[in-house]
Amino acid sequence: MQQHIVSAFTDELDQLSATLLRMGGMAEAMIRDACKAVVKGDTELAKTVIRRDAELDKLESECERGAVRVLALRQPMASDLRMVIGAIKLAGTIERIGDLAKNVARRSIKLDDSATKASMRGVKTMGKAVSRQLKSALDAYGRRDARAALEVIRQDDDIDSHYNALLRLMLSYVAEDPEQIDSRANVLFIVKNLERIGDHCANIAKVVHYIATGKQVLSEAEIALLASNASSED
Amino acid sequence: MASATPLITPVVRAERTDNPIKIDCRNINVFYADNQAIHDISLLIPDRAVTAFIGPSGCGKSTFLRCLNRMNDTIDIARVDGKIMMDGADINDPAIDPVLLRSRVGMVFQKPNPFPKSIYDNVAYGARIHGLASGKSDLDRIIEKSLHRAGLWEEVKDRLAAPGTSLSGGQQQRLCIARAIAVNPEVILMDEPCSALDPIATARIEELIDELRERYCIVMVTHSMQQAARVSQRTAFFHLGKLIEVGDTETIFTNPTNQRTQDYITGRFG
Amino acid sequence: MTDAQPPKSTSPFGSEAAIARLKDRHAAERRFKLYGQLAIGIALSALFVLAYSIISNAAPAFTKHEIVFHLTLDAETVAPNGVEDTQATASNISGFYSLIQDDLRETFPEAATERQLRRELYALVTRLAVLDIARETAETPALIGTTKRFTAPLSDDLDLYLKGGITARRTLTVGQAGRLSVLESGLYSLSDSGPDGFPEFKAKIETDTAADSSVLIRLQDAWFRLEAHSGAMLTLTHLAGALPQLGEQQSAEISALVLFVAQANRAVSDRQIAWAILLQEKGRIRRKQNFDLLTKADSTYPELAGAAAAIVGSIFTMLITAFFAIPVGILAAVYLEEFAPKNRLTNMIEVNINNLAAVPSIIFGLLGAAVFLNFFGMPRSVPLVGGLVLGLLVLPTVIIASRAALKSVPPSIRTAALGLGASKTQAVFHHTLPLAAPGIMTGAIIAMARALGETAPLLLIGMVAFVNEVPTGPDQESTALPVLIYKWFSGAERAWEPMTSAVIVILLVFLILMNLVAVLVRRRFERRW
Repeated sequence: MQQHIVSAFTDELDQLSATLLRMGGMAEAMIRDACKAVVKGDTELAKTVIRRDAELDKLESECERGAVRVLALRQPMASDLRMVIGAIKLAGTIERIGDLAKNVARRSIKLDDSATKASMRGVKTMGKAVSRQLKSALDAYGRRDARAALEVIRQDDDIDSHYNALLRLMLSYVAEDPEQIDSRANVLFIVKNLERIGDHCANIAKVVHYIATGKQVLSEAEIALLASNASSED
Repeated sequence: MASATPLITPVVRAERTDNPIKIDCRNINVFYADNQAIHDISLLIPDRAVTAFIGPSGCGKSTFLRCLNRMNDTIDIARVDGKIMMDGADINDPAIDPVLLRSRVGMVFQKPNPFPKSIYDNVAYGARIHGLASGKSDLDRIIEKSLHRAGLWEEVKDRLAAPGTSLSGGQQQRLCIARAIAVNPEVILMDEPCSALDPIATARIEELIDELRERYCIVMVTHSMQQAARVSQRTAFFHLGKLIEVGDTETIFTNPTNQRTQDYITGRFG
Repeated sequence: MTDAQPPKSTSPFGSEAAIARLKDRHAAERRFKLYGQLAIGIALSALFVLAYSIISNAAPAFTKHEIVFHLTLDAETVAPNGVEDTQATASNISGFYSLIQDDLRETFPEAATERQLRRELYALVTRLAVLDIARETAETPALIGTTKRFTAPLSDDLDLYLKGGITARRTLTVGQAGRLSVLESGLYSLSDSGPDGFPEFKAKIETDTAADSSVLIRLQDAWFRLEAHSGAMLTLTHLAGALPQLGEQQSAEISALVLFVAQANRAVSDRQIAWAILLQEKGRIRRKQNFDLLTKADSTYPELAGAAAAIVGSIFTMLITAFFAIPVGILAAVYLEEFAPKNRLTNMIEVNINNLAAVPSIIFGLLGAAVFLNFFGMPRSVPLVGGLVLGLLVLPTVIIASRAALKSVPPSIRTAALGLGASKTQAVFHHTLPLAAPGIMTGAIIAMARALGETAPLLLIGMVAFVNEVPTGPDQESTALPVLIYKWFSGAERAWEPMTSAVIVILLVFLILMNLVAVLVRRRFERRW
């Protein structure tokens, strides 16, 4: 994209993007570390994840300030306007992802050894899928790639099926051994949090799509339509 | 978001207008001597709405505006081709007298240009030459109504005999609007009406334009994209004598179709 | 200036070199200011010298001397054809002049004897000077038979002499008179009352006067000319006035008047000067304001001449010029500026109008003579033709000034009117022209002022003719102020010189008035936009 005539404007928008990508990278790392802490039972790692959330909050408010500043001083129009509005939404969403990652880390501390290998494996794959999902969404944002964003939205279904599988597994464990319910519930919440992160990734992708095209993604049908259009454009 | 947009849309039609079309411009070309200033522009202008023309300097937006009341006739070397249909008649028809056309299509200029006469005479002038008033009291009524509509009545009602040039810049511009309204036009053309005014006066004029929109078809040229965004319902973007994009103002300013429009309104024009 | 001056090198606004350059620049600025003031000074002093010389030259012409007569208008002399024939009475110059002659002869009986002396005496008053008396008498026949006081202008050269012109002069005291005796040759001799024979006076005469200067001697009421001063006696010729008793003069005071210019070199004789002095002493010559300059028409005699015909002629000419040039000029300008298409033809017209403004005025005179006089057969010397010629002359100026004024009206006013649906003509006549009016009027008045001062074209259409009647209409023979200046300036008599300057002053007053009107019009009607 061409530079603005006022170069400081471009710089400010780039700065905003950079901050968002940093937040995204941080959230990604938090998800990964939180899952590792769950699987490995690493309390120290879990604590660092919890600590990092505060930093993420700080970045979010920085991002919001930057966006307000651009709105007030530059009166962005069209794609720039969408980019700034999107940045505010994305910052909020990523911060929320950070909170969920922190929750996962907290739950990991409360887990005892009684957790089964199968459930740990499930958490591990799901964590990987979710962080990959976030990475794809952020990549789409970095490239303003509407098609990649649509892909991310569709992939949310995979995470949902992961979640459903794990949920069923957990329920069968509880049925087998109701005394272990506390521990199982913790795992259940962890999985639920990961699923929420996946949803937020889809939200990020929707915002990215809006930034790139100016069109809002509303329903499943619409996504399907847009996706088929996008692929027919090649 | 369908197929790839061509760089220049040859015919851009209004896609969504709730109001009926007032002016239908078809394939307008304007030449200054051998120079083509306007290239084949077709445009629909809705009634009772503000249509803003934006674009960089020299893009032909003022020239196009001046086609709408045949002000280009006053320039010897200018030649206008194409049809401009207003209420079913082509205004470029030689049978139509530009003088009568201009009584239906008023114009407000960039610099406030009141006549060096009293406020009263300024507003009365158009009504007088078109014989709109049947007597003194009728004329008084027209003047009061016009000044009211221009939002100037309260400020000047006690000094109608004062020269129009003694008013402030913003008041002068509103006087010019009142003067245009007094002729009872259907269309009001405004050529950068706020470019010589301070922000407060500009805001007043913008508020006024928003009120006038309920009665008139308003076409305005502006250099300020923010102004176009604030007051217009439809925006047309001109570049190098061509109409690049026209659409609802909201669409143009949030999600323009054409890359050049996008570059211009985001301040990237190279 | 405080003693804590900042050191130069630490000046925050530049290096030392920059400060030095600045000094040069300030010096250059002062220098150019000085040049400008010098230029203004030169212009002002030239103007001052011009005004001073004209006004001081003209000053004598604003007063003139008159001789007072008490004339008994007996019917036989003044109205030989009867009282009813006023026409004859009014033109009976010889009759009235004979009354004047009689009166002068009675006053100075010493001149009555010789024809030559009589002619000299009668020259004090011009024949035509009685014209006013004759007219007055003709208008009120009741005057006939009565004795009435009349005045007649003194001859121009004596008038000038009395105003201090013609010759340098000096009064001397001679001494006290002894005996006055008549010699065989008809001359008189006068001795000193003492034994010395006027030694101081003689010494002064020897040293101060040239050989051909006239020395007039005054004894009692009589004037003598000093012919020789041998020994104790002065040898004298009687010029004028009652001779005193011959013999002992009882030490009466003798005075002398030295006229440095020789009698042969001046237009007035010693005798006429003596008469004039005597009349002045009797109170019969008095100086008064010369209103004749403004009320009388031209004459061949400067003492009778006035500029009235020229003033009225100029006014008629200006009216014709204004009525012709201003409307035509404005319409032409409006058409060219507002309506004419810009093409090769209008460009050519424009260039030619500009060129016409620079064409020498005499060419317009030739054109006027060829077209108006020869082709249309209009009469010569009339303000109608003069006005038309001058109108043609200033037409380009009016057009150019009007176009400039129209151009200076901001185009926004025009577009505003057009945008309201005014037609082009309405826009021009309702808005552009009223706004341009002060400029147009100023230009027109200045063009009129130029026309007022033009001489050459008027010479060629015969407005230089001698006009002794004040014209009453633009179709009557007349002259104009600048032409009158030209004519009077070439007059032979000395008296024309101050008269010429006086007319120049009148012309200048007219010009100043017109320019004043131009300024006032501009002030009054100028509007801001």
